[in-house]
Amino acid sequence: MADETRGQLFFKAIFERNPITVLVLGICSALAVTGHMATALVMSVCLTMVTAVASSIISLLRERIPNTVRIGIQITIIATLVILVDQVLKAYFYELSRQLSIYVGLIITNCIVMGRAEGFAMSNPPDKAFLDGLGNGLGYSFILMSVAFCRELFGAGTLFGVTVLPLVSRDGWYQGNGLMLLPASAFFLVALLIWLLREIYPSQKERG
Amino acid sequence: MISHYFEIFFTALFVENLVLTFFLGMCTFLAISKQVKTAFGLGLAVVIIQAITVPLNNLIYNLVLQPGALSWLGMPEIDLTFLGLLVYIGVIAATVQILEMFLDRYVPGLYNTLGIFLPLLTVNCAILGASLFMVERDYALGESVAYGLGAGGGFLIAVVLLAGIREKLEYADPPTGLRGLGVTFIAAGLMAMAFMGIAGM
Repeated sequence: MADETRGQLFFKAIFERNPITVLVLGICSALAVTGHMATALVMSVCLTMVTAVASSIISLLRERIPNTVRIGIQITIIATLVILVDQVLKAYFYELSRQLSIYVGLIITNCIVMGRAEGFAMSNPPDKAFLDGLGNGLGYSFILMSVAFCRELFGAGTLFGVTVLPLVSRDGWYQGNGLMLLPASAFFLVALLIWLLREIYPSQKERG
Repeated sequence: MISHYFEIFFTALFVENLVLTFFLGMCTFLAISKQVKTAFGLGLAVVIIQAITVPLNNLIYNLVLQPGALSWLGMPEIDLTFLGLLVYIGVIAATVQILEMFLDRYVPGLYNTLGIFLPLLTVNCAILGASLFMVERDYALGESVAYGLGAGGGFLIAVVLLAGIREKLEYADPPTGLRGLGVTFIAAGLMAMAFMGIAGM
């Protein structure tokens, strides 16, 4: 870890050490908001921002935080940032904020944010912590957008709400795949993504 | 009247199962479902915490945070809802801590069974999620008790069922890339579909 350049740190977090498929963190929201690309995009942006900023703030304060109460302090910092994001969404993107319902609030308990704060930011300088947070946020976004892409395209024939494959029900030719509209399909898609990433990086395979 | 509470309880338990329809608490759900025994202990802890924190947050929301809730102080125009997230997570963290100390002192057997899972529940999205849903749906105090119990029970059922499946999966032979996490996801997806059947698909 110590002699990795900043660039490596950043890119490894996106693919090779992807928080969702390798570290199994932050799956809760990854599955729930992937029905449409728009909600997935908003969620990705929010989480990436919160992770990057929270990591840098915690890293700045790391010398001052007493070890015994660090979790409480981390949660307070994260919760404050999430409240800011939530209020901004409510003020400027009310419709989207209503669709995301409680999932924005749940960024607080998203293990990626806590995990990076505890696992990386507490022991590294702010600039590295920022890159690490950003990389992990983007890794999360990558999975989220891929899943949302498949679900929206094959389920409803649209991307960002714009019709790509015209549905039979609307006088088109594409028969929508109902399974993709169900929440359960997110499980299958994530499983396939994990499979793909593990074929690319064989060291991640679990021996059993 | 009582049937209304049962309705909320069973809806939260099966139809709107937090894990399988809202994907909350997935991290814990996947991490601690390798064995039925530990899964059951964890599920039990979730039930207890949900049953305490959801009604507690309900009281706080109705008496302090809600717009106009502070009118008894002569400040009817104050709206503290924006503090919600911070307060709920604080309540949850405190409850988990108190429960941990209480169990350690009076029920050491259960405390040892739950072990490390108990403090980890602070960052379980299912717990915060249940409180947020409670606020979003405007439950009264009685309803929030029923909802907390149902939501916790739903987690217990889901995690124990998945642990049962995973114990059997140990003997299966999936492609190497799918082994472990991948095949667990697929099993969870099939379970989610089965639970949708309960909702009347």
